[in-house]
Amino acid sequence: MKHHMEEEKGVLTVHITGDVDHHSAAQLRQSIDARLTESDTVHTLRLALGETDFMDSSGLGLILGRLRLARERGVRLVLAQPTPAIRKILRLAGVEKDIETEGEAV
Amino acid sequence: MREIRNAARVKFCAISENEAFARVVTAGFLMKMNVTAEELADLKTMVSEAVTNAIVHGYRGRDGAKCIVTLELKYYSDGLLQVTVADRGCGIPDVEAAMTPFFTTDKEGERSGMGLPIMQAFSDSLRIATSPRGTRVVMKKKLS
Repeated sequence: MKHHMEEEKGVLTVHITGDVDHHSAAQLRQSIDARLTESDTVHTLRLALGETDFMDSSGLGLILGRLRLARERGVRLVLAQPTPAIRKILRLAGVEKDIETEGEAV
Repeated sequence: MREIRNAARVKFCAISENEAFARVVTAGFLMKMNVTAEELADLKTMVSEAVTNAIVHGYRGRDGAKCIVTLELKYYSDGLLQVTVADRGCGIPDVEAAMTPFFTTDKEGERSGMGLPIMQAFSDSLRIATSPRGTRVVMKKKLS
């Protein structure tokens, strides 16, 4: 898993490439949380998932944890281009309607 | 009559790097079968969840490099795929609780508590045999 972040006009976009599992989720979580808690300018956290090849319940834990943190800080969370497999896990967990999404992965 | 068409068994150390290894083994095993993208994604997820549980919960507090997880894949003539993930860890104290969505004993690790419910939803059947000497999870899924 690789990721990089960019901030533009208060939107912090995290591009996540590869597999998000228990092994990779911890590093990703630390990296996002550090950036989010350091910044006073971010109003939207956007997780770009179009190139995320795999995500299991560890990835779900990461998304739900960031949703909690974002809400605490008054930040909006958006999942961009979630794959059908990611949508399936969100639906199964019953949280699909609680999380804002934009676009579909091709 | 159901006959085995193909089978594989791999043993690996209970370290988190091997969660991806187990998924690659599963994808490789299925490579020549005409599985749909959704079936492949489901099976990789089922394997990943079971292996992660063995590493995170089964062998909690132990040196994973000295602990073994076994993944076994069996493909039968009627299109049934059987996935078995076994460890020699501490077992699941309360299987019923573990099957409950969002139940987790590892809140600090930010586990979602959806591992077993996902394995159950993605497979046609899920059987768990567990004791303080280890856990064996058997999942079956009929491939199209």
